[in-house]
Amino acid sequence: MARKRTKAGLTGAPVTTVVVMRLYIAGTAPNSVKAIANLQAICGRYLKDSYKLEIIDVCEHPRRALADGVLVTPSLAKVSPAPASNVIGNLSDTGSVLAALGLPAGAIE
Amino acid sequence: MTAKKSANPRPLSKVATGIHGFDEISRGGLPRNRTSLVVGAAGTGKTVFALQTLVNAARRGRQPGIFVAFEEGTRAIFANAATFGWNLPALAKSALFFLDARLSPTVVQSGEFELGGMLAILEAKKRELGAAWIVFDGIDVLLALLQNPSAEIRQIHGLRDWLAHTDLTAIITAKMEGDTATPANYGFMQFMADCVIRFDRRLEQGIALRRLEITKYRGSDFSPGEFPLSFGPQGIEVAAPGSAAALLGASSERVSSGFGGLDSMLGGGVFRGTTTLITGAPGTSKTTLAGKFAESACRRGERTLFVSFDEGGERIRRNLTSVGIHLDAYLKSGLLRMYSGRTDAINPEEHLIRIAALLLEHQPRCMVIDPLSALAKSGALGSARAVGNRLIYQVRDHHVTAFITSLVEGDDPQAETTEMQISTIADTWIHLSYLVRGGERNRALTIVKSRGTRHSNQVRELVLSAAGPALTEVYSSGGEVLMGTLRWEKEAEERARKLQRHAEFTQKRRELRFAEADITARIAALQVDLDRARGELARYSSEDDARQASSKERKNKVLRMRGSDGAAAAVPGKRRGARISAKSRKHNGDQEPRRGS
Repeated sequence: MARKRTKAGLTGAPVTTVVVMRLYIAGTAPNSVKAIANLQAICGRYLKDSYKLEIIDVCEHPRRALADGVLVTPSLAKVSPAPASNVIGNLSDTGSVLAALGLPAGAIE
Repeated sequence: MTAKKSANPRPLSKVATGIHGFDEISRGGLPRNRTSLVVGAAGTGKTVFALQTLVNAARRGRQPGIFVAFEEGTRAIFANAATFGWNLPALAKSALFFLDARLSPTVVQSGEFELGGMLAILEAKKRELGAAWIVFDGIDVLLALLQNPSAEIRQIHGLRDWLAHTDLTAIITAKMEGDTATPANYGFMQFMADCVIRFDRRLEQGIALRRLEITKYRGSDFSPGEFPLSFGPQGIEVAAPGSAAALLGASSERVSSGFGGLDSMLGGGVFRGTTTLITGAPGTSKTTLAGKFAESACRRGERTLFVSFDEGGERIRRNLTSVGIHLDAYLKSGLLRMYSGRTDAINPEEHLIRIAALLLEHQPRCMVIDPLSALAKSGALGSARAVGNRLIYQVRDHHVTAFITSLVEGDDPQAETTEMQISTIADTWIHLSYLVRGGERNRALTIVKSRGTRHSNQVRELVLSAAGPALTEVYSSGGEVLMGTLRWEKEAEERARKLQRHAEFTQKRRELRFAEADITARIAALQVDLDRARGELARYSSEDDARQASSKERKNKVLRMRGSDGAAAAVPGKRRGARISAKSRKHNGDQEPRRGS
């Protein structure tokens, strides 16, 4: 796996697989608002159109959040491709978000 | 909602936690619909305290609750709580909801987050369950992730606001190591809580002592100071001081001390609800006396508690069987309960708390503590003394008749007054000692004091046999108290002397009887002689009369024949009478000698 990632990083080949993500937010809480903006910026820049993002408001769907094991907000879950990963916080640290999404670190300027 | 609560404060209402001791020192429990903060180092009992409160509320008050665990997983919590009789898995299906709020270690953090999502989830769950309680256990773990004091304070504010608008009674626990590393935000948390309880654990002479202190209780009175706590079979127990009301009332009912000999020395037994102290050197059979008391209590059908230190209940039972004290049947029937504690592992206060719990659970009428002095072995003597005193007062509060043994080195009973200092508060004090004389050790029993009762001031010998203990009178000879073989020898000597005296007496009596018979025989023989002598005397005197009479007649005949003047002068009547008597004597003289005389 690590090898594959390294290869991709070296060649800088575009990601062709679609990344499926869920972002759990809590209404209009400041960090939730920030998280949406930060994630959209990252996706627009590094994933172009090859991603699917679902934004779930925990305040409206608490059962869903509970079932998904979400506690703090905002919380980003990468559902596919494997491996699944989670990021919490307002996603202000782009580097850690990219790493969690399995995107090549070299993609960052 | 928030405004309503702060603008219109209701009078403080409390909810009992159901934790023994805590509800007493907090004067009723935790503040209802408000937040209590529990702080302390790791392993001090914060989680157990919070969980126990929740369990009690669910069981007794039928109030559902939510437990949010930041530090431990649900599985670990269930495993830890399994030692207590709570049956968490069953409760978790109905009245309790456990939220595993640990963040996976693989979770990546990117920037600041908030608790809003979790609170939304909890809000929904609260409505679903109809929960009245909520616990946030180990909130420090979550807050530490924020890595930013101002962010932490923002989240605590958020939590406070959420708690304020819900009507939940909340307990928040947070780790706090000592006083040095107290972060500023916890100070803020203390401010947002209406009640703050500090848990503490420290080592005292190698023994861990757990304590609890209410440092703040807004709008309420509480017992200040630290209170020892321990983990009993039902969870945390806090050693709260007993009420003064229990000092009232005294029974005049006598309870047997176990065997007649001691009862009669005590004037009929000990009073119901009093404490009897048995002191003595090792091996003076303190346990046997205590065991006898327990056995007799069970025989009367009274619930009994036997507390032993540093010796297992099984061994005590076996050892007592050898002196004719049988407890097996009562142990089996549940009438007798045995508690054995090790004093090297557990501090005195924890024992006290466990015994207190047993007093409540078993509701004994009689109890034995053997030996109380063992408490002084672990931990400081000062705290052991305090525990000993509290224990006795607690036992008295429950109106339990107790026999407490205390080991005293040496033969001086006064040593006890300096060691555990129990003797001053005990109602009856029995001292057992050894008397060494004639190459033996014998057990002596003395009643040093017995309040409100006449008691023997004599020393008795305590004799143990397969039939049980018995007291025998001691011999005092020439100012010395004799026991054991010496007493036996003295008794044998006395018996021999008695036998000899008896033999001598019989002999003497026999001799006297002979003498009596001899004299009687001699008296009879002499009587015969006497009769013979009398007969002879009578015969002689009658013959003499006859002779005198005949000689007079002859003289008269001679005178008459001679015609003397003297004869004419004689009175004819007299002459005639004399003639008649002479005539009759002549005829009947031999046959009836006595009639004539």
